Amino acid sequence: MKARYKFLTGSSVVLLLAFSLLFSTRNVSAAAEGKISGTIKLEGTAPHQKPIDMSKEPSCQKIHEGHPVTTETVVAGASGGLQNVVVYISEGLPVAASSEVSAETPTFDQKGCQYIPHVLALDVNQHFKVVNSDQTSHNIHPMPAPGGGNHEWNKSQPPGSAPFDVAWTAPEVAVHVKCNIHPWMSGYMAVVKGPYGVSDNNGSFTINNVPPGNYTLTAWQESYGTQTQKVSVSAGKPAAGDFTFKAK
Amino acid sequence: MLTTRFRSSLWLIAVAVFALCNRSSAQITKNEEDQRMGVESHVGSLTGHAAAAKENYRRYCTGCHGDYGDGEGENAQWIDPKPRNFTLGQFKCRSTPTGTLPTDEDLFNTIGRGILNSNMPPWNPLSNQQRVDLVAYVKHFSARWTTEKAGEAIQIPPQPEITAERVKAGQALFQKLECWKCHGVEGRSNGPSADTLTDDQNRPIKPFNFHDEQRFKCGASDADLYKIFMTGLDGTPMPSFADNVKPEEAWELVFYLRSLQPQNSKEKAIAKQLGLKPINPNAPAATPAPAPQQ
Repeated sequence: MKARYKFLTGSSVVLLLAFSLLFSTRNVSAAAEGKISGTIKLEGTAPHQKPIDMSKEPSCQKIHEGHPVTTETVVAGASGGLQNVVVYISEGLPVAASSEVSAETPTFDQKGCQYIPHVLALDVNQHFKVVNSDQTSHNIHPMPAPGGGNHEWNKSQPPGSAPFDVAWTAPEVAVHVKCNIHPWMSGYMAVVKGPYGVSDNNGSFTINNVPPGNYTLTAWQESYGTQTQKVSVSAGKPAAGDFTFKAK
Repeated sequence: MLTTRFRSSLWLIAVAVFALCNRSSAQITKNEEDQRMGVESHVGSLTGHAAAAKENYRRYCTGCHGDYGDGEGENAQWIDPKPRNFTLGQFKCRSTPTGTLPTDEDLFNTIGRGILNSNMPPWNPLSNQQRVDLVAYVKHFSARWTTEKAGEAIQIPPQPEITAERVKAGQALFQKLECWKCHGVEGRSNGPSADTLTDDQNRPIKPFNFHDEQRFKCGASDADLYKIFMTGLDGTPMPSFADNVKPEEAWELVFYLRSLQPQNSKEKAIAKQLGLKPINPNAPAATPAPAPQQ
């Protein structure tokens, strides 16, 4: 029994070594940057999105008068394009590219008692601004997975107050954000290493500044989770990375 | 035959990888925990050692907080609110900003004070040294303490005089900051959002009813009340107001909140004398507070 255990341990060590060798021999290229673009499709009928009753917050209800607001767990366009899908490189990125932090400072706005954008993609350590454009107080309450590298915080932001300048220190796809005062408010922050894209209302996305190489591309949707595919990027020619999620 | 052998060897390797992963992660955890057993705590002139608290933890804390500090002790299923899960390194009662670790003194005070309206009693029968040791033991459950320092305790300026103006200004803040959305216009925990509140584990949670209690979850003093809304109760819907409330305003809010509580106080007498009526959320605040500044 003991001998067998030793054998198992030994063989798995060899296996693990082989794997680590495989991953450490990736070559880092300094050639011209490429890009990945594609379309995210939804196959089937998008699930019914529930209307949101904002009667408890008249100042927000007024903003949406005439065009009622619904939940945004699955947002699909007329042509079947799936919006708010975060696409990023989950494996294969050279260290230099994965540690590069976007210099942009995106805004996460609380407007009409909704989060705009509904899904915000960010680099690890990329600064972003939390803004309250409403005439009501919000409490911005991101809830990263407990025990991970990011930590939950919860701040009140009354109308007219200055934006918060914040960043996440660890990758996490994705951090759920809520406002306890307005329980219908729901948003996500997808924190990744390296370049990313988020699909628009046609389901299209583009990831710029990708060094040529072979990668695992991951697409994340808040209700359907993740999908991956292999993609090969060469300089000056956009690589295709289409995904299809099945409606559930 | 060959295929069968090939297949079975594949299985063996799969099992081996699985076993190794499990084994190594368990070992790492054990090693890490052993290493973390060396963690210290410092409160005043006392130094606490996790190793010294092992017996007391097993005797007094395990029943609810569990052997592994995950809040899953054998009594946990009968308890609401649930015992704290120490492995997450997240605490309600802090003197430090939202999202940061509490100071050793914060944990020490919680152990000595207990938590109001919960099953956590005050552990006063334990000596100061025993409690400081327990602080170190609580810290050893989470790796967060090895990579992060405690947040910097917020500065609380000396309490100003309790005046009618300050109580009134506090009420205006109560309206402007929309405390009433959860706590209710009279602080009776019946605001429009009160019924929908959940904690970070998605369990229902009630806002504090100021008319019920003299004390608070995180202490009984005016400074404790100040700290609660200036640091927030992490893991609950109660946010930090530190970014948008100035220290002098914070004291005004403390005075107004005191006037809502059942015990006799100078604040309550002033509110009575003023004939202070509950706020009307549909009307603008009577004495608008100055614009918030960061």
